[in-house]
This record gives sequence, C-alpha cells and structure tokens, in this order.
Amino acid sequence: MNDTWIILGASSTIAKAFTRSVAETGAHVILAGRRMDDLDATAADASARGAAGATPVMFDARDPATFQQIVDTAVATGGTVSCAVFVGSMPAQDAIDADPSLIDGTITDSLTGPARFLQMLAPLMEAQGDGAIVGVGSVAGDRGRVGNYVYGAAKAGFATYLSGLRNALGRHGVHVLTVKPGPVDTAMTAGLGKQPFMTTADAVVADIHKALAKKRNVLYTKLIWWPVMTIIKLIPEPIFKKMSI
Amino acid sequence: MSETEYTGWGRALRAKGILTRPDTPSALKADAPATGNRRSYGDAPLNSGGTAMDMTRLDRIIAFDRETGVLTVEAGITLGELARLLAPQGWLPAVMPGTGFATVGGAIAMDVHGKNHHIAGSFCRHVTAITLIQDKPRKITPKSGALWKATCGGLGQTGIIAQATLQLTRARGDMMLVSERRATDWDHHIALLDASDAPYTVGWIDATATGDALGRGIVEEGETCRGLRPSARGTKKIPMDAPHWALSGPIVKAFNAAYYRRVPKSGRTVVRTIQDFFFPLDKIHDWNRLYGKRGFHQFQCVVPLDQSGALRDMMKMIARSGLASPLAVLKRMGEGREGYMSFPMEGYTLAVDFPNRPQARRLIAKLEAATVAAGGRLYLAKDALSSGDAIKAMYPDTPKWARTVAKADPDGHLQTDMTRRLDLRTI
Repeated sequence: MNDTWIILGASSTIAKAFTRSVAETGAHVILAGRRMDDLDATAADASARGAAGATPVMFDARDPATFQQIVDTAVATGGTVSCAVFVGSMPAQDAIDADPSLIDGTITDSLTGPARFLQMLAPLMEAQGDGAIVGVGSVAGDRGRVGNYVYGAAKAGFATYLSGLRNALGRHGVHVLTVKPGPVDTAMTAGLGKQPFMTTADAVVADIHKALAKKRNVLYTKLIWWPVMTIIKLIPEPIFKKMSI
Repeated sequence: MSETEYTGWGRALRAKGILTRPDTPSALKADAPATGNRRSYGDAPLNSGGTAMDMTRLDRIIAFDRETGVLTVEAGITLGELARLLAPQGWLPAVMPGTGFATVGGAIAMDVHGKNHHIAGSFCRHVTAITLIQDKPRKITPKSGALWKATCGGLGQTGIIAQATLQLTRARGDMMLVSERRATDWDHHIALLDASDAPYTVGWIDATATGDALGRGIVEEGETCRGLRPSARGTKKIPMDAPHWALSGPIVKAFNAAYYRRVPKSGRTVVRTIQDFFFPLDKIHDWNRLYGKRGFHQFQCVVPLDQSGALRDMMKMIARSGLASPLAVLKRMGEGREGYMSFPMEGYTLAVDFPNRPQARRLIAKLEAATVAAGGRLYLAKDALSSGDAIKAMYPDTPKWARTVAKADPDGHLQTDMTRRLDLRTI
C-alpha cells in the first residue's frame, strides 16, 4: 500500500525538509499552503526525489473553504493517508500589545485552523484504521512566558487538542504524534539572534521519523527540552511570575 | 539583524557583517552578494561591513527530464546532493569539484573544474541557462554574449544566480572503478597524467618528498560503474580547532610516506562509492579546523603545457620549505573554459595547502611570481593573498568582464571583499 502525506503549511522550512524525507521513500505528497508558486517548485523537487506524486493545493488556515479539496485530493491518490501539520504564526509580543486583534489570527493559524482541518480528516483516518498525524507545536506551549504568551497559548491549545485526538483515534489504529521543538534554525527564528539549544530542520525531521517508528506520543526536539521544560513547568507560579525566561 | 563573523573555507580571512538566508525565491533582491556554502578558500564569499545572502535554503530541483538528463535547479543545491539523488537514476553532474558541498551557484560563479577537466572542460560548459536576478529576473544562455561570459566564472558580480539548467552526463551506476598507480618521481607523474585516457584522472602528490622522490605520488584513474548501493555511513567531525603542531613537518612527512605506500608497487584497482572518489574529504566535516584557528591557504595555479619544468621548480621550493600539508594535487587540464574570468587553461594545475603562517605567505608570494613568469594563473576560488595587478595580468579579459559587470550591477551592490581587495571592478 502506498503512503500519502498531507503536508499542511508546506512552505515552512521544517515542512520542506519533511517533504523531502517522505518523497525519498516514494510517498505521494499533497503540498498544502498559500504560496502556490513556491509549492509548485517544492512539488517538482519532491517528484525528482522519488515521490509517487506531488500535488500542490491551496490551504489557508483562516479560510476553511479551502479544506475539503485537500482531503479530496488525498483520498483520490488511493494511498493510506497521513497528515503532518506545520502551520502557525508568531507575531512579536510587542506587535500584539500594540494591536490585540492580532491574537485572533495567531490562534487561528496555530490552533483552530489546523484543529478544524484535522477534525474533518479524522473520520476518514478512523475508517482506514491506519496512518499517522504529526502535529508540530512548540515548547513555548508548555508555559506562558512574558516574551510570547499568545503564541504559547495557541500552541498549548493545539497540544491539548492533539492529546484528545490521540485518545479518540489511537483506539482505531491511527497514531498521533505531538512534536515540541525548541528553537529551530528557520525563517521564523532568523532575526532573533543565537537561541539556546538551537537545532536544524533536518534534525527535527530525523527525530520525527524515529518517534513515528517507535510510536512515541510526545517528542521534544532537541531532547534536552524535555528535562528543561519539565523543570520550568514545576516552578511554582508565585516564583515564575517574577522570572523572565 | 545582528552582525556575525564568518569566513571562507580557509578561515584565514574573516568578515564581520550581516548574513541573510532567504527561504523563498521571491525574497531575492540584487542588493547584496550571494554566497553558497562558502567553500571558496579566500574572500570571494565575504562582504565585510555589508550584507551577504546565503543561498543554501533555495535548493530545490525545479525540473528533471530522466530521458535527456536536462536538470533545472535552484542555485543553492549542492553538487553532492545532486550526485546522491541522480547517480542511482543513471545521471551525474557533468563536472564535480573536490567537494560535494559546493553549490550550483558557487560552481557557476567560479566556473569550477573536476577530475575530468581534460575531457569535459569546466562546469559552465554544461550549463545551458541561468536565471539571474538583476533589478528583475532575467534568463541568460550561452547566446547571451558578454553577459554570459561575465557570469560564468564571474564571481557572482552580474546578478544573483537564482536558478540554472544543467546538461547532466550519463553514469553507468553509482559506483566508481578506480585504478591507482604509484608515480615514482616528477617526470613519471607527468608522463602518467599525459598518457591517461580515463574519464576521470587526478594525481595526489607528496609535497614533502625531495631529491629523487620529488614529485612522487599516486595517479588515480576512474570511471563510473554499476554496483550495489552502499548503505549510508556516518560522517566524522573535527570537534575543535587543532593545535598548531597537528600538521607540522614531521607528521605530514610520515603521513605522506604511509599514504604513498598504501598503494602497492604494481598498482591496484578498487571499487569506491561516487562520494569517496569525488569528495574524499567530505566524510570529515569541518576538516579545515585541522589547521587551527589561524586557518590556512591553498595555493593553486595552472601553467601551460610547455611549462611543466617551471612547475617542477615550484614543487621543489614547496618540498624544501617543509610547510606543505598532505593535501596536494597535480592534474593535467584541457582547454575548456566558459567565461572571461574562468581559471582553466590547457596545462598542468598544482594545488597545495599551507597553514597560515608568515613563512607560508612568503613562499606563496614566490610561487605566485613563478606562476606569472611561466605564463600561468591563480585560481580565484582559492586566492587570499594576491594583488590586483598580478591577477589582472593573469586574466587579460578582466577589462571586458569589468565593463559588463558595471552595466549589470551599476551601483556595485554585489561587490565582495575579493573584488575590493583585487580592485577587479575598476574600469
């Protein structure tokens, strides 16, 4: 049976690396994103690397009207459908302070948009009784920090959503993997200078495949973020509120 | 954006400036010079005090015709990646330099050569189209005249090299059949290179051997062949800067003697992976750190065929100095070159690494003078020490190149530390 991967947010740096990795195994890739000319180039690249097929398709987290066509395109390939979610946006906290309406878009991009899409996809995956969902959140979702708590709140919501989806689909043979990367060397972090425990898109993708093979539920990448966030989560709120980390 | 310190591969010259790394082609603007993986040794990929654009995120295959071997790629893709992906499908880039980390854009900007130069010519001989970003995107081909010739080997000064179409060459498989023979001295070495009709030929030279053994080495001849696809093997890393004595005279001499004797007197034939044959050092990541934090220089020149005697004298100076590292290469080149500033000429090319020390810099200055006297030239992908007058004398088409570049980049946005150091763009 052939694999078909829906890749939501296919223009992101990690998504591009993930697309290559599954293309080289001969999967069919459905590249869902907003920048169609960029997706065309990524599709050509995936085909040259061995993908059984590569189809660019419009996806806008803020426009649910774009969702059904993605599901239909995936079904039409006839393969076992899996889905990897790489969407999200991170406006600077001070931009949000100046314009609180940015919160709506941030929550839609990182939480309600992808959740609504996965909810549409869930019955299909439940019926096929196979396949995987990879949801990329962030360590920023583990605790609200002064620097980016709106983004963190959206990612926290997404992690909780994925936890529930895992509970719902796990019993039907569908594996749900929550990925919590620390800072990754991508366009999103390009202007931020040197970050602690920075990793690369290729390393994140290698970790995702290892975690999928072992059916892990939650993946911290780099792994160091697991003990770090465990400690940060344990700091009592009266102390944490005085810290700026 | 914050400033970072960065270097070319030799790490002897440094730049402080802003490095950007565009993720989408629409972000490309011709307002700063482009760099690839910065595998040029000197200051060609540096822009001190300004901005340089790292192109390595724009690394997709845009179109590939498996029947004809015509491939269009974004310029940030590396030749090693192309070899890895394409060899199992029966194709290879027609020219591959000594490192697979070189990008297609860098290979064009330096008009690089490989072990098959005597047959295939330089990299740009196999490029059929280039998309240049000037004030707007522009596609050029070999019929574009001066702009084409100023772009191929043109140090990235005519615009941002965004995409290129390459005519690939057929590969019989993804392995190499390699014959290795000892060359006992200089004359024998030259004779073996002259007589070789293999598709890929290169000589490793023991740059520490003196007296009767001067110029000894190993001549490798290779052709592609079919074989089992090897399993992926891990790479090694140099974790830190080595101390300065790591590549000192006695250690290099001992290493070279052992390396020479590794091949039996009667020669041998071995099967290697394409990666091992073309990119032997890529297995050791960051091997440039072996030279310590002061970095190193590579001297590479080419001299005309009738000047092999002059090259022998240069080899003698190098061997006597005791400064050379194990990395030294001798190769016969053909005529094939594509641009005004392309390095190759029919003759012999010699490349030797030296740690960045005052004695080595003095020796390189002498070697440069000998190159000029022999009617040869230096390779700009390697140079870090030469002067503008010397380079302009070696590259008589510099004025034509500079005039074309002045039209293509009138405000000088694409200047680099190298074009400034050598004053190449002044008309």
